[in-house]
This record gives sequence, C-alpha cells and structure tokens, in this order.
Amino acid sequence: MSERELGRKLDRCLADGVIKLGTGLGLGIVFSVLFFKRHTWPISLGSGAGLGMAYSNCQNDLRSHYLLHRNQKVGLDEETT
Amino acid sequence: MLRLLLRGAAGSARKNGGRGPVAHLQPLRQYSSSQSSGAAKVVAASLLTVGGGIGGTVLYAQWDHKFRATVEKNVPYSDSVFGLILGPAPQNAGPPVRKQVRKSTEASVEATQIISASGDVPSVPAPCDTEPTVVTGNTHEHCDECHPAGPEAVLHGADSPTEQLVERPAEEVSARLAQQDQDEQNSPPEEKSVQWKDLEAALMDRTSAVTDATAALQKANEALDSLRTTIRNSKDLKVAAARPLVLAAEENLHKMAVDLDRVVAQVQSAEAESKIVSQYSDLVQEAKLQFQKEVSSLTPEIQANWKGLTGKLSTDDLNALIAHAHRRIDQLNRELAEQRVREQIHIDAALQQQKLEDQRVLENAVSSSLQHVKEEARLEQERKMNELREVMEAEMRTQLRRQAAAHTDHVRDVLKVQEQELRAEAEQVLSSKLLDQETRHRQLTQEQLDNFTLDMNAAYARLKGVEEAIDSHLVAEDEARRAHQLWLSVEALNHTLKTAGAEEPSVPLDSAAQIVRDSCREDDFASALAEALPAESLSRGVYGEASLRARFNSLRSLVRRVALIDESHNSLYQYFLSYLQAALLFEDQQVAPPTQLSSEDLDPFKLLSYASYCLEHGELELAAKLVNQLKGEARRVVEDWLTEARLTLETRQVVSLLSAYANAVGLGTTQAP
Repeated sequence: MSERELGRKLDRCLADGVIKLGTGLGLGIVFSVLFFKRHTWPISLGSGAGLGMAYSNCQNDLRSHYLLHRNQKVGLDEETT
Repeated sequence: MLRLLLRGAAGSARKNGGRGPVAHLQPLRQYSSSQSSGAAKVVAASLLTVGGGIGGTVLYAQWDHKFRATVEKNVPYSDSVFGLILGPAPQNAGPPVRKQVRKSTEASVEATQIISASGDVPSVPAPCDTEPTVVTGNTHEHCDECHPAGPEAVLHGADSPTEQLVERPAEEVSARLAQQDQDEQNSPPEEKSVQWKDLEAALMDRTSAVTDATAALQKANEALDSLRTTIRNSKDLKVAAARPLVLAAEENLHKMAVDLDRVVAQVQSAEAESKIVSQYSDLVQEAKLQFQKEVSSLTPEIQANWKGLTGKLSTDDLNALIAHAHRRIDQLNRELAEQRVREQIHIDAALQQQKLEDQRVLENAVSSSLQHVKEEARLEQERKMNELREVMEAEMRTQLRRQAAAHTDHVRDVLKVQEQELRAEAEQVLSSKLLDQETRHRQLTQEQLDNFTLDMNAAYARLKGVEEAIDSHLVAEDEARRAHQLWLSVEALNHTLKTAGAEEPSVPLDSAAQIVRDSCREDDFASALAEALPAESLSRGVYGEASLRARFNSLRSLVRRVALIDESHNSLYQYFLSYLQAALLFEDQQVAPPTQLSSEDLDPFKLLSYASYCLEHGELELAAKLVNQLKGEARRVVEDWLTEARLTLETRQVVSLLSAYANAVGLGTTQAP
C-alpha cells in the first residue's frame, strides 16, 4: 500500500533519528567524557550530528523517490540513446 | 367245227342211244337173244338199274361233296367204294370238274357210241356241256368281284374273268377233243346206260350252267356299262390330269369288251353246238315219254320205271309189247325211208339254216369286230390327240413362260425405278417429319427441363430457405443458449464481484472469468472483453466500492498532510509545512465537483472533497478521475488506491459491458412468449 509507505518512512526516520540522536548523544557523551573533558559541545555535536544525520536520512528517504540514481539514469540514457 | 359237231353228235347219240331209248335196248336185246327171255331180261334190267344207280350216285358224289358225305354217313362201306372209284374226298372243284368233264366226256362218248351203234341222230359235242359250267363258274366268281370296285378295280376285275374265260375254254376244248377221240374207241357198250345217265345229268348241269353264264354275262355287261358311265362322267369332269387315266381305262374297257365278245361268241358257238344236243335230248326225252305212254297205254298196270319190270310182265303183255315194238319198228323203218328221202332236203334245210346262222353269226362278228375296230380307232385318235395336246401344252407353256419371264423382267425394271422414286420421296417425307418431330421433341424436352429446373430451383431455394431457417433457428437457439450461458456466467462474475467484503477483495475472479471465457468462446467481443479483465482481478480479485471508500477516507488525511510535497518540495521542512497546512486548513467534507475542472480546482483539498463527494455518491470513476489529478507526493500516496480503484473500475466496466452484452444478446435471442 502506497499510503503506508509514508508512515513506514516516517517510522524509519524516527527510528533512525532516535538511533542517531542516541548514538550521537552517546558518542558525544562518550567523546565529551573521554576526550573533550565533559564539554557539552561533543554531546551537542554528537546529538546534533546524529540528529542532522537522521534528518538528512529522513529527508533522503522521503525524497528518494524523486531522485534518479545514477544507474537508473544510465538506464534511462541507454534507453533514450 | 363240223367234225366236232359230228363227233359230238356221235357221242351224244351213242350216249342217248345208251340212255334214252333203253326201251329200245331192252326189246332189241330181247329180240336178238330171245332165248334169254324174262330172267335174263330181268337180270339185265336189274343189273342196269343197279349199275345206273351206283353210277349215278358215284357221279353225283363226285360232283357234289355234300351228297358224298351224306351217302358215306348213311350207307356203310360206301366211303371205301367212293375211295376206290373216285379217290379220296377232294378239296377243290377244279380237278373234279375236270374229272367230271372227263367222265362226262367218257359218258358222252359212250352215249355217242351207243347212238352210233343204233345209227341214229348225230352226236353232239358233249364237252361243250361242261364248258359253260366252268365258264359260268368263273364268270360268276369274278364278276361278283367286278361290281364294288372303281374304274381301275373294275378294269382289273374284268380283265381276269375274260382272261380266264379265254384260257379255260381253249384249254379244255382241246383236252376234251383229245379225250373224246380217245374214248370213242374205248368205251364199252355196257357203260352206255351209265353214260346216258351221265349225259342227262350233264345236260341238266349244262342248262344250269347256261343260265349261270347268261347271268354272269349280264353282270359283266352291267359292270362294263358302269365302267363306261364312270369314264363318261370323268370325261365330263374335264380334269386334265385324269385324261391319261381315262384313256387307259377306255382302252382296258375296250379290251375287256373284246374279250367278253369273244367269249360270248365262244359260248354262243358252244350253245349252238349244244343246241343240237339239247334238241336231240329233247327229242329223245319226247320219244321216251311217248314210248312210256305207249307202254303204259298197252300195259296200264305197269308204272314208271320199266327197267324193274323183268319177271313181272306176263307173256301177253310181252307179246303186246313185242307187237307194239314191231309196229313201232315198222313205223320207224318207214320213217327212216322217208327220212332218207327227205335227207337231202333236210340236209339242205339244215345247211341253209346253218348258213343263215353262220351268216347271222358272221354279221354279228363283223359288226362286233367293226365296232371294236372303230373303238380302237377312236381310242387311237384320242391317244394321239392327247399326245398332241400334251405337246402343244408343253410348247405353249414354254412360250408362256418365256413371255412371262420377259414380262417379269420388264415389270421388275419398272418396279425398281418406281421403287427408287418412291423411296426417295418417302425418305424425304420421313426426314422432314423426323426433323419436325425432333425439334418438337427437343422443344418439349427443353421446356420440361426448364420447368423442371425451375421447380427444382424453387424447391431447392425453399429447401435452402428452410434449411437456413432451421440453421438460423439452430444458431439462434445456440446463441440464445450461449447468451444465456454467458449471461449466467456474467451474472456469476458479477456476483463474485459482490463478494468483495469490507477490507477484503473479492474472491479471485479467475474461475468466474474462466467460465465466462468458456461460455463465450465463439463470441469475439465477449472473449475480448473477457480477456480484457485485468490479471490482478483474476488472480487476486478486486476491492469493492465500500472498501475503496473506506480506504479513501483513511487516505484523505494522509493526502492532506502531504499535499505540499512534490518533486521540488520534498524536504522535511516541506513535510512539516504540509502537515501544518493540513492541520490548519479545513475544507468541506464533500463538495460536488463541477462539470469542468478549472485550474483552481486542482487543489488537492478540493479534489479530495470532490472525490469524497463522488465516492459518497457512488461515482467511483469520477472520484478516480479527480484523484488522478493529484500530483506529487499525494499522488504517490494514493497511487495504490488509484490502481485499486482503476482495477475495480476496469473490472466493473468489463463486467458491466459483458453483462450488457449478455443482456443484449439474450434480449436479441430470447423471444417474448
């Protein structure tokens, strides 16, 4: 069902976001803890990176339909020529 | 002839002398040997009587066999006597006749001897006595045969008696003459009485024979006359083929007549000869009677048979008898003297008579021979004429034949020419008629054929029409059946469509579609339609409208939320914005779509409301169309629903088409009752 796809995508986004956020946070924390002397900036960096990655993934995922991939393009090019 | 006469006369005279005037004998004997008086007379008379009786019986027995048999039966030892004298009982009359003839000749000869001893009347040829007997016997026999036959049989019948007549008389006459000459010398006087008796008997026989001969002659004449009449009748008939036969018959008749005349002449001569004998015998008889009368007048008590009188007569009687006898002798001497005187006259008279007789006979003979000659000449002429006629006939026939041949040739030629002409004409006529006939016939046949073909065509057309009607009926019924089947299957399909529950598609339409396909195998349209069923519907079934409606209703919110997303606007921010829009924008749940969509109407929210309105009103198609106008992400979201809707719509369309078609076909084929 095509109408469920969005929901699925959104689910994935969310899951991915959570994961990424979590991972970023975690990593940030870790890094902050470990490396950056408990600055908050790696946590925020990590979470932000995480969130950003999630956001970007989500966006890409949502956009993926509209984007023609290279092999597709090649196929299209091959088809047209 | 004259010698014959004299001999015969002598013989008969002797016989008569022996027989007749035995009264003379007796007194002569007594006169010459008077010393042997009565006893000798008696003895002699008795001897004579007995001898005469025996001789007579013997003679008669020789002639008549019945008498002989009677005698043999009645008198003992007579058969041996007869056997001694006559030989055994003979079978045919020929030899006895001859013997009788011989005996009679002997008797006659002795009689003539006796008569010549007395020296009296001339003898008569006795053989002629018996001639008629034989003659009559034969003629009687054979002329009886003459009567019933036809001309030829009459010829043959008349031939034989004449021949026999010819043969026998000549034969017997010669035989008799010889015997007579012989016996003249031989016969002793004591047999003269016997011979006299024999002569008498022979005379009687002769008379009877003469009558028989005349009867036979009459009969022969009658036969000849009948033959003559037959010949005349056949001549009258004038049949050509019978002419030679008639001629032969005439000749035979002539011959027979000649023979008959000859025999008659002989008989007549015999008769003439015997006339004298008969006359003499008559005289003798008369004298005997007279003497007997005298004797009886002298001696009235003595009766008839004076032979048995020896010993019975007294001397007076005897003297009277002697006197009478003397007187008689005197008278006779006187008469003899007178007779001697008158001898010459008598002889002349007799000669004259004989001459007259001879002349008469001669005339008769001449006339008869003249007749015969005339007849012969006539026959000869006839024969010659016949021959000539035949010759002429033959010649004429050949001439006629020649003429006929010429005529036939000419006729044949003419006929040939005519035949050819006629044939040509006839052939012409025939050919023209045939042509007419043929043309007519052809016309008729052609007409008939045309009519027939017309009829046949009509019939064929009708038949064809009928067949077509039947076929079309068949076809129609078939189609009706098929249509019905199709309709049923389409109804089934339709029904299966209805099995779409909420949220579940219908059962796969495959089976129903198969049935439909099966039921519309010959129908291209229906089969095309059946083929046009989308595969998805066949395998998976289609969603019903209700489920689609429900789904759309659930879709609507999602479509509202992604309304702003398309190819260019598809970042998350846009997503957020579209979500925001969806949360903030309120549209009418259902808005009636306009008939024509303008560019403003392409707004998703409007479209959605239009679509839901359509859906609510059961216009899935319009809803699908409207939903189809969505673009971008909204479109992507409703893609599945759209395909489902499209599928459903397609299926429904096909099914509706099919049902409509089935209905149409059913309507077309089913007839209102």
